Amino acid sequence: MARGALRGLRGRDPLGLRRAFADRLLPALVAAMALLAALALAGAHGAGQLAQRWQAGAAGPALVTLPAGADLAAASAALSPHAEVAPVPEARMRELLAPWVGEVPGLPLPRILEVTPTDRAGLEAAVSALPGARLEGRGESVAQAVTLAAGLRALSLLLLLVIAAVAAALVAVATRAGIAARRETIVILHELGARDSDIAGRFATRLAVLCLGGAAAGTAAAALALWFLAGAAVPVALSRPAAWDDLPWTGLAALPLAAAAIGWLTARLTLRAWLRRLP
Amino acid sequence: MCQARPVAYKGRWTERGRGLVRFTGVGMRYGGPRGRAAWGLLGVSFELAPASFNWLLGPSGAGKSSLLRLMHLSLRATEGRVEVLGEDVARLSRWALTGLRRRIGVVFQDDRLLPHLSAYENVALPLRIQGVTEMRLTADVGEMLRWVGLEHRAEEPPEILSGGERQRLAIARAIVARPSLLVADEPTANLDEAQARRVIALLRELHRMGTTVVVATHSETLPVEYPAPALRLEEGRLVSHG
Ligand SMILES: Nc1ncnc2c1ncn2[C@@H]1O[C@H](COP(=O)(O)OP(=O)(O)O)[C@@H](O)[C@H]1O
Ligand SMILES: [Mg+2]
Repeated sequence: MARGALRGLRGRDPLGLRRAFADRLLPALVAAMALLAALALAGAHGAGQLAQRWQAGAAGPALVTLPAGADLAAASAALSPHAEVAPVPEARMRELLAPWVGEVPGLPLPRILEVTPTDRAGLEAAVSALPGARLEGRGESVAQAVTLAAGLRALSLLLLLVIAAVAAALVAVATRAGIAARRETIVILHELGARDSDIAGRFATRLAVLCLGGAAAGTAAAALALWFLAGAAVPVALSRPAAWDDLPWTGLAALPLAAAAIGWLTARLTLRAWLRRLP
Repeated sequence: MCQARPVAYKGRWTERGRGLVRFTGVGMRYGGPRGRAAWGLLGVSFELAPASFNWLLGPSGAGKSSLLRLMHLSLRATEGRVEVLGEDVARLSRWALTGLRRRIGVVFQDDRLLPHLSAYENVALPLRIQGVTEMRLTADVGEMLRWVGLEHRAEEPPEILSGGERQRLAIARAIVARPSLLVADEPTANLDEAQARRVIALLRELHRMGTTVVVATHSETLPVEYPAPALRLEEGRLVSHG
C-alpha cells in the first residue's frame, strides 16, 4: 500500500473535542501560569539590567587617597601597571572644598589619585603596599551585587523551566481526561481506519488553541501590571525614568506561542503513546 | 443503493486465485487472572471465497466475536496466520493496517454509533476519515440513508432512534465507503423479527453487489431461512464449514 494513498481526516470536529474540552479550568490554569512566567521573565530582565548598570559603575574610575605630603609621582608610578592613573590637582581640591572650609592657605589636604582599574586585584595589592594609602571604591560590594543579580537571573530562568514543565504536566492530565471522555470515539475512529496522526492532531490542535487563549489572557494581565510596576520601580532602582524597553516585550509576546507549542506537543505525544496500545 | 458501483477487487489474491479471507491454524489466547490464560480460539483454519455470503454460527462464548475481531483487525492473533483481502496482517506496517481497515466495514452487536454526532454525521464518518471531498460525501451519505430508509432522520442524534433504526444506521456507516469485506457481529441480536429480517435483507443485497459478507449469529432460524455457507464454532474450535 503506497504511503501517499491514505488521505487524512476531514470534517469540523468528528471527535467532538469542543464539547470534550468545554471546561474552562485548563485555560484558566494556563493563564495563571503565563502570569507567573511573565513575572519570572520580567524578573530576569530587570536583574540583567541592574547587573549591567552595576558592572558599568564598577568598571568606572575609583579614588586612591594618600596622606598629605605623600609623593604623588611615586604613587602614580607604583599604581600605573594596574590602572590608568590621573592625579587630582591640589588647586582643584581646594576649589572643591572651598564652599565648606573657605580659603585656608595652610590646610593640609590628602592627595588624591583618580584610577580606572585595568587589573583590580593587582591595584588593590599595590595600594596596600603604599603606606597610608586607601582605595575608595565600591568594587567589593558591586562585585557581590553583580553576582546576586546573575543569581536572580538564573533563578528566574529556572522558574520558567519549572513553569513549562508544570504546564506540560497539566496538559497531559487534561489530554488524558479528554481521552477518557472520548475513549469509545477514538477506538471507533481507529477501527474505521483513521490515522494515528489524524486523531493525535485533532487533540493537539484543540489543546494548542486552549493554551494559546489562556496564556494570551495571563500574559496580557501580567504586562499591564508590570507596566505600572516598572513606572514605579525603575526610577528607584536605576535612577532614571521608566522606558519602553524596561519590559521584555519579545519574551512576553513569545509566552502564548510557547504555551501553544507546549500544549500541541504534549497532547500529541500523550495521544501517540495511548494510540500505540491499540492493535 | 440503486447506483452502487460493483466493488472493484484489487490485490494479489485475484491473480493467484487466493481466498479473500484465509485463516491458517489461528489461535487467540486471552490473558486470564493470575497468569491463567484462556483460549478464545484454537487451531482455526478456513478460507472464504471472494464475494461470498457467510454465516458464522455457534453458541454464546464459542469465539464468534474473537474471530470477527481478528478479521476486521481490532485484535491480533496470538497464533497462526490471518490473511484479509489477500494481505498477511502480521506482516503489515501500522500504516498499511490503517489502509486495510478502510476497506473493511464492521457492524457491531451494539451499534457503536457516536452519540455526539447526528445520524448523517455518523454515516459520513468513514468518508471523513478517508478525506473524501464534501461533494462526493453529500451524495454518498444521502444515498446510503435512503437505502436504509432513514433519510428523514438524518439530523437526529442516534439516541432518539429505535433499535432497528440504529442498527440500519450502523449498516449504512459500515458500507458507505464501499468496503470489499463486511463483517457483522450479531447485528440482529437486539432486534424484533421484522427488523432482523430487514437488516439481513440489506446485508444480502450488499453481497449480491459483490461484497464479501460474514454475519455472526447465535440464532438457529436465520441460517435456515437464508441458506448460505456457514462456519460453525464451538468452544473456540471450528467444528464445520460448508
Ligand atoms: N477480552 C477478553 N479477555 C478475556 N477473555 C475473553 C475476551 N474476549 C473473549 N474472551 C473469551 O473468549 C471466549 C470467546 O468469546 P467470544 O469471542 O466473545 O465468543 P462469542 O462472540 O461467540 O460469544 C469466551 O470464553 C470469552 O470469555
Ligand atoms: Mg460475541
